[in-house]
Amino acid sequence: MLRYLLHKLALIIPTVFGISLAAFAFVRLLPGDPIMALAGERGVSPERYAELVERFGYNRPYVIQYLEYIGRVLTGDFGISLATKRPVLGEFQALFPATLELATIALLIAVLIGIPAGIFAAVKRGSWFDQATMGVALTGYSMPIFWWGLLLIIFFSGYLGWTPVSGRIGLQYFFKPTTGFMLIDSLISGKSGAFKSAASHLVLPAIVLATIPLAVIARQTRSAMLEVLGEDYVRTARAKGLAPRRVIGLHAFRNALIPVVTTIGLQVGTLMAGAILTETIFSWPGIGKWMIDAIAKRDYVVVQSGLLIIALIVMAVNLIVDVLYAVINPRIRVQ
Amino acid sequence: MKKKLTFAAALLAASVLGGMANAKQLVYCSEASPAGFDPSPWSGGNDFDASSRTIYSRLVEFEHGKTTITPGLAESWTVSDDGLEYTFKLRPGVKFQTTDYFTPTRDLNADDVIFSFERQWKKENPWYDYLAGTGWEYFAGMGFPDLLKEIVKVDDLTVKFVLNKPEVAFLPDLGMDFASIVSKEYADQLDKAGTRQQFTQKPIGTGPFQLVDYQVDAVIRYAAWDGYYGGRQKIDDLIFAITTDPAVRAQKLKAGECDIMSYPAPADIAGLKADPNLKVDEQEGLNIGYMAYNTTQPPFDKVEVRKALNMAVNKQAILDAVYQGAGQAAINPIPPTMWSYNKNIKDDPYDPDAAKKMLTDAGVKDLSMKIWAMPVSRPYNPNAQRVAELIQADYAKIGVKAEIVSYEWTEYRERGKAKDRDGAFQLGWTGDNGDPDNFLFLLGCDAIGQSNYAIWCNQEFEALLQKGKATTDVAERTKIYEEAQVVFKREAPWLTIAHSKVFMPMNKKVTGFVMDPLGIHRFDGVDVTE
Repeated sequence: MLRYLLHKLALIIPTVFGISLAAFAFVRLLPGDPIMALAGERGVSPERYAELVERFGYNRPYVIQYLEYIGRVLTGDFGISLATKRPVLGEFQALFPATLELATIALLIAVLIGIPAGIFAAVKRGSWFDQATMGVALTGYSMPIFWWGLLLIIFFSGYLGWTPVSGRIGLQYFFKPTTGFMLIDSLISGKSGAFKSAASHLVLPAIVLATIPLAVIARQTRSAMLEVLGEDYVRTARAKGLAPRRVIGLHAFRNALIPVVTTIGLQVGTLMAGAILTETIFSWPGIGKWMIDAIAKRDYVVVQSGLLIIALIVMAVNLIVDVLYAVINPRIRVQ
Repeated sequence: MKKKLTFAAALLAASVLGGMANAKQLVYCSEASPAGFDPSPWSGGNDFDASSRTIYSRLVEFEHGKTTITPGLAESWTVSDDGLEYTFKLRPGVKFQTTDYFTPTRDLNADDVIFSFERQWKKENPWYDYLAGTGWEYFAGMGFPDLLKEIVKVDDLTVKFVLNKPEVAFLPDLGMDFASIVSKEYADQLDKAGTRQQFTQKPIGTGPFQLVDYQVDAVIRYAAWDGYYGGRQKIDDLIFAITTDPAVRAQKLKAGECDIMSYPAPADIAGLKADPNLKVDEQEGLNIGYMAYNTTQPPFDKVEVRKALNMAVNKQAILDAVYQGAGQAAINPIPPTMWSYNKNIKDDPYDPDAAKKMLTDAGVKDLSMKIWAMPVSRPYNPNAQRVAELIQADYAKIGVKAEIVSYEWTEYRERGKAKDRDGAFQLGWTGDNGDPDNFLFLLGCDAIGQSNYAIWCNQEFEALLQKGKATTDVAERTKIYEEAQVVFKREAPWLTIAHSKVFMPMNKKVTGFVMDPLGIHRFDGVDVTE
């Protein structure tokens, strides 16, 4: 097991360097530069421009800039935002709980609805339910998040008035964050109605963010189940006269779970990408919106360090998923 | 002292937290997070709304809703005959805000004024670089490093600015956001504690509101500052709900989640106007959208060619299609709401036939050119790409072939400055301080390579510009600028496209909000009726 873990970790190290290099190159390949972007329409004089380029070291060779950057990162210094002058890590820590809370609820929605829908569609293959589920899943998968979010806001918040339009909690609730997770903080605050307000603010963004993973999970569950349902051992179980619920639940579903778990693990990346748009629409103060702002401002430091931190988190989640496999299925360890 | 501090903090917390239920609150849906709360290092309108206009005050202020100067922290001032010395008498008894992180021991004095400017000006000042790489762009952009000779403390409540050259726009400049007055005592306290960074995160000013809390990218909370020299505000709590998407801001306003919002999308205005709970204020913007020819490159170096191209463009079609009723055709380089606007100047008529003939007479045949289109929507030009397409079609009618080009926003402006730039370049300007010079300087010889995208240096215009800068008498200046506009129109370095309107939708229960010609959002004097 330790060898397996070391093997996985050894694979992560070059990946981290690869990503840091890609993130470093990505911001520099974008047209425009941070000093002009920060100066706004008024611009800066050529002398001041040269002074600032010198100060930030953007006139030095890229290799030197990269090595310095990676050297600082290895000591835990992710730099100071060019736009806000605050430490990147501090900004990330303040904003990440909002993204994590949203992504967790979205993933829960996706799993709790996606898996049963996939199983039922597989069992009732070809039925109207199967076709409707897969039709909805395909639509959900293809839906542009931005448009989908606005549509839900206009209908549920604007027309029906059931949910708040945006934000994390009603403005009448004001308390200092303890954990950064609004659902928990609202409970800790002891203010009546705060939890309900936080939960109602989560509904629409979580649905929007869950849409694509839900579609993917439902489709994956269905196809994995269909494959397993055709296996000999399932036929044998049925032949033994086991109740259909037991055959599906115990024999088929457990075996179909491995590719589904893989898919769920992969959805972490999708959730991070989806968070960028979802957070922008719903004014959700998370790292997705933070990254978008940083790209617009050509804030090199935030973009390169932010991308690296997000990639590290996604890799950590995938490592945990890999380890869990190995725990569940010893064959994987051997391979 | 400690007891006093605790009491003040408790009072503030009680008024904010405890009094939440019956506090009078105004929620403003703002468009972006501020970079910080120091009013001077940043240049975005959203930064100013969140810092300088709420938390701070200046020596002089713009009259609410106008561009005329009124006394602020300075209750009076005198200007020497040669226009080189401005002596300000400070208002006595002005209090800096008391918070849980700072309790002032003295009132505002000349030291604060000097510190506010020197930290942006003198590189040896320890605060010059307290935020790594701060450009102090506005201070530099308004020419203050060259303009200021020294700032002298005459006595505690008298401060004298000595200039290197006369500058008539100096007073309006001092009303701008970057010229907000900060507390030297607070800066010294942070210096001692080694926490300079806090200056921009936990601000202290003399303005109508004080900062209570900022949740990054989400909510900014302010409370009315009891000690404000202009009197306590009618609203107790001011909240900025940061909402980047304009369509979502509109939905929040309709749903009652905010009381007032900035920058509605043109497509949402009709819907907001139709809502019985809302009203939409509108005002002519202090701005201009233009297209600058490169006057150094043939054939655009010929006035007749520039005139002909101007006459080929159907501005009304642009106003209808792009500004959708929220704009008016621009004739002069300054907007009609600005003093010294020359009403007698007539626009170049829309006459494609005459334009075609003028081109032929000028010896221009089969002209191919580029039209530059900004990649972003700006208040003065909501859709430069569409404007470019309309101009392209108009040019085609006179036999001019135009290609539309666009680049990423900062890249666009950089490439536009190139002296050998090919073609006509769309851009615009929004006024900073209500002075005509703040628009006309865009066409000055000094601005070539920076904001003069026509790369136009006309000696007659330049002489008038410089004369205007050195003249203090407003009537005389008006004449000078009227003449400068005649020269501009005759020489046609730009196609003046439009001045746009600005809209401010709000709930009908909001009273006392005055739209600002400078595009600032000010909440002093605003009330909410129950």
